Amino acid sequence: MNSIKTPDGAADPMTTEALIQDPEALKPAGRRASAEAMGAKQRDISVSEFFTKNRHLLGFDNPAKALLTTIKEAVDNALDACEEAGILPTLEVSVEEVSDGRYRVRVEDNGPGIVKEQIPKIFAKLLYGSKFHRLRQSRGQQGIGISAAGMYGHLTTGKPVVVVSKIGRGRPAWRVEVRIDSRTNEPKQLNDKNDTVTWEKDHGTSVEIELMGLYRGGRTSVDAYLEQTVVANPHLELTYKPPKGAPVHFPRVSDLLPPEAQEIKPHPHGVELGMLIKILHESGKRHVAQTLMEEFSRVTHAVAEELCKRAGIDPNALAARVDAMKIEALHAAMVASNAALPPIKKFASKVARSDGNLREEVMEEGTGFSTPLADLVIRKAGLEPTLKAKAVTPMMVEKLYQSLHESQVKILPPPANCIVPVGEALVMEGLRRRFKGEFFTSHTRPPAVYRGNPFVVEAGVAFGGTLSREDSADVLRFANRVPLLYQPRACAIHEAVLKVDWKSYGLQQRKGELPVGPLAIFVHLASVWVPFTSEAKEAVAHYDEVVREIRLALMECGRKLGTWVKAQQAERWETQRKTLFEKYIVELAASIHSITKVSEESVKKDFEAALPNHVRIALPPVEGGVPSAGGAVEAGGEEIPAEADASAAESTAPVEARPSDRPPEMSDDGEGSPFEDVTPGNTRQLVLKMRPKSGRK
Amino acid sequence: MATRKKTPAGTTPANKAVSEETATEAPREIGERDRVTLQKITDLAFSALAEVRRGKNPALSIPVRALSNVSFDQEAGLIRLGESRQSRNFFHLKQAKLFMQTFLIAEHCKKLIEAGATTSIRDIYYGAKHSVAGTKENTFEEQAESDPIIEDLEVTIDALREELHLRAENRGAMVGPMTIRDTGDTIDLRRMGSGGWSIPSIVEDNRIEFMKTEAEYILFIEKGAVWARLNEDRFWQKNNCMLLHGSGMAARGTRRLLRRMHEELKLPLYVLTDNDPWGFYIYSVIKQGSINLAYESMRMAVPQARFLGLMSSDAEKFNLQANVSMALKDEDSARIEQLMRYDWFASKRWQEELALMKKTQKKYELEALSSRGIRFITEEYIPQKLRGRRGDSWLD
Repeated sequence: MNSIKTPDGAADPMTTEALIQDPEALKPAGRRASAEAMGAKQRDISVSEFFTKNRHLLGFDNPAKALLTTIKEAVDNALDACEEAGILPTLEVSVEEVSDGRYRVRVEDNGPGIVKEQIPKIFAKLLYGSKFHRLRQSRGQQGIGISAAGMYGHLTTGKPVVVVSKIGRGRPAWRVEVRIDSRTNEPKQLNDKNDTVTWEKDHGTSVEIELMGLYRGGRTSVDAYLEQTVVANPHLELTYKPPKGAPVHFPRVSDLLPPEAQEIKPHPHGVELGMLIKILHESGKRHVAQTLMEEFSRVTHAVAEELCKRAGIDPNALAARVDAMKIEALHAAMVASNAALPPIKKFASKVARSDGNLREEVMEEGTGFSTPLADLVIRKAGLEPTLKAKAVTPMMVEKLYQSLHESQVKILPPPANCIVPVGEALVMEGLRRRFKGEFFTSHTRPPAVYRGNPFVVEAGVAFGGTLSREDSADVLRFANRVPLLYQPRACAIHEAVLKVDWKSYGLQQRKGELPVGPLAIFVHLASVWVPFTSEAKEAVAHYDEVVREIRLALMECGRKLGTWVKAQQAERWETQRKTLFEKYIVELAASIHSITKVSEESVKKDFEAALPNHVRIALPPVEGGVPSAGGAVEAGGEEIPAEADASAAESTAPVEARPSDRPPEMSDDGEGSPFEDVTPGNTRQLVLKMRPKSGRK
Repeated sequence: MATRKKTPAGTTPANKAVSEETATEAPREIGERDRVTLQKITDLAFSALAEVRRGKNPALSIPVRALSNVSFDQEAGLIRLGESRQSRNFFHLKQAKLFMQTFLIAEHCKKLIEAGATTSIRDIYYGAKHSVAGTKENTFEEQAESDPIIEDLEVTIDALREELHLRAENRGAMVGPMTIRDTGDTIDLRRMGSGGWSIPSIVEDNRIEFMKTEAEYILFIEKGAVWARLNEDRFWQKNNCMLLHGSGMAARGTRRLLRRMHEELKLPLYVLTDNDPWGFYIYSVIKQGSINLAYESMRMAVPQARFLGLMSSDAEKFNLQANVSMALKDEDSARIEQLMRYDWFASKRWQEELALMKKTQKKYELEALSSRGIRFITEEYIPQKLRGRRGDSWLD
């Protein structure tokens, strides 16, 4: 449609055509409609109308996905509500095929319930909710999901959302039939406002949505979603009634409710200009410094004053009166403090290769630097902003770097108590509930920050057992305990998994592909604001900090896994050794019997009895995840400082290299390790590779 | 290669292959010597069993058969086996099979002795070869595997190969003025035609008896071809000597026979070999014994043997033309260096001989003497050598 608006429409065939047909349009050259005519057509677009047309943005692009998204939104809401109220969630999910392609989804929880007046708005008004306006870790974020599901249901079946909710013993269980008015984005209750039902539950909410959908299996199925939800939510008790077959019950594996996530204020590093303007304008009669302190986390009085100073604002001025230019300067100062300055070497080489001038260079480096601020920083270093970057000497670069560094206001990273990870032990419990593996391990990273938002990454692996040996690893992605099923390739988690060198942990991996083996990989990203690539919340955006944290967490799990895999291999070799002796014992017993006349059976028994004294069969413990001798691994893992360089951490990982140890009773001829004979060709190399270079200390 | 059949406990083990083979030979009383050998084998098995019953790793203690574990006994003029032994354990990845193989050979030897049968080392390889129960692996893949095991067994239980009733192929021949009894047959070694009496690998007195002889000395020749020349000339008749050859390196049977004739008949022994390091070494093995069979030097070596030639110094002395010589090869030179370092080549004359060969870079075959005439060797060379002085005509 661009062509219509093209001012020099003559080149456009469509416009040319219009000229011929509409002589009136000939007068104001190239115009087809007057501003007035156009203005008459311009009006509000309701969000609900927008989403009706753009349902794919919310995850309703096809029937199968629509069914899943509906369940997902209802479950997310139920879990959030339970957790916020401090109730151990017990959920019942049922999917019933009403007629061909038409499903009735019902999700019932034991949550706190919803007060009568709020029910219609929560379930039938887009962008209505309690979670959007706060920074706090929760599954739902925008307040769109469940209303959109109801809207989709109504759109495809004409049926309203049916909600039953009760907030306490002795209180009525309200029954609400509601649909969204997509023009006004307002709920419309269809039944009597005082309808109640009898409900034996003390409190809870049940939501029922009928929609056109498609129930199927596979990676993106409802079943997969629920199974994974169970993994990330060990405190959840879930009963699932699928459209076909018997109900599935997942008992609770942990009675510990995750600690309540603390709500935090935005951190200055992550604030966007528009948001800052809004905050300042809505600050009432407060001063700038006061507003900053009250509206942002980690802004102390000193920090607020420093920020104002840099922006040239009087800290005691009325916040609402600050002019746009100054707000921009203030914003620059706030985010500049986050300027992820590269190491000086990298900075210098970048400047040396640059075609632009210093101002451009600095503005690029210090994300959010305004032109005046950039100039100021450059001048501070005794340089001219228009100087060609190439012409700068190393000395000058050093000064500039120093100036950039000093321009940053030091602000503490956001508090981490707002993040509630699942926890290492429970991740393993969750994985155990889902997979019949032989080895489980997990690792929770310390909190980190992207764009001012704190986040925590957790990883876990399940290995062996009934997991498929030929297939690629199963990657379970979670964001705030919600499984992510779609768009794995677009997701930062997937990218991080690929970036880990799984081969060094004894697994197969082709370049740029997932590792192959009986492996399931669990990654959970918990954050006050998960950076999704879209509103459908299908994939995590590729922030460097996020990818890096995921990778480090995976590497830690990989190291523990590698140790275990190696111990397993050693055990297999032992078994081979044992078999070797056993077969020769048969021969030997026959010969010795023939010579001594001692019965063959008895000779055989004597040798077999002595065998364990000379062949070590050490079984690494399956529980706890780390082989006994690999205790050092666990300790080692904790010693690695959070900021340790990934490669350094990798090289120092102590690994038990048992196969190279020589059992003393076996090694009397000086011919080298008795293992060497039976180990497969590549293992020796493997052993050498995995051997710790030296002691850690 | 048939899978081992289980012998029911308590019954006498009778290996089918062995019993078939021995069918032609009459069973006999087990002699004192065999009884000792049987006891040694049984003891070996019981000691392994005792060790394993105590939970230990059963071990065979095998004397090391290598240059590092032999020494030259100057006084006796013998190469002797040293004390060092290597342990062969069953519970050891590399040794388990060897351990098992050793007992397999021991078992077969025991059956041979009990049956009064003798078999070749090739036979025993086939006899002991079968697939390891439940696998595709064979107890022995080739004879090269079983031969060293036999030697291991010999040294471990200190039994001779003959005592284990094992023999090798016949090798070498003998003619001369002597009558012998070979397993009951009386043989006149004067009437052996052009081929001579083929020397068996077992020549112990229970098989070969010396009846009567007019021989005054023994002449051992390295090569069959030269021996045939001498036999054709009836050299042994004219010179009253026993004439032997070893087809190259003298086999155990030949060496044992030389030793017995030297010892029992008090005949001096002269050795004639090619003029090259290999010929020299053949002489040294006859005289002092070998490294590999150092444990048998006592019964096989003839320390009083004399080296008649061909010496490097003979070329000039007997006027051999340069064109009958051969140039030394690299391996010859390397071998010379090795010999020069052996204690039993340490005497001044031998070092001179080796040094001369090294210096001239020439070697001569015995046949080179024929360049002086077809009967030169029998009519001039040997007689002259025998008459000559020690260190000059012949070497110790």
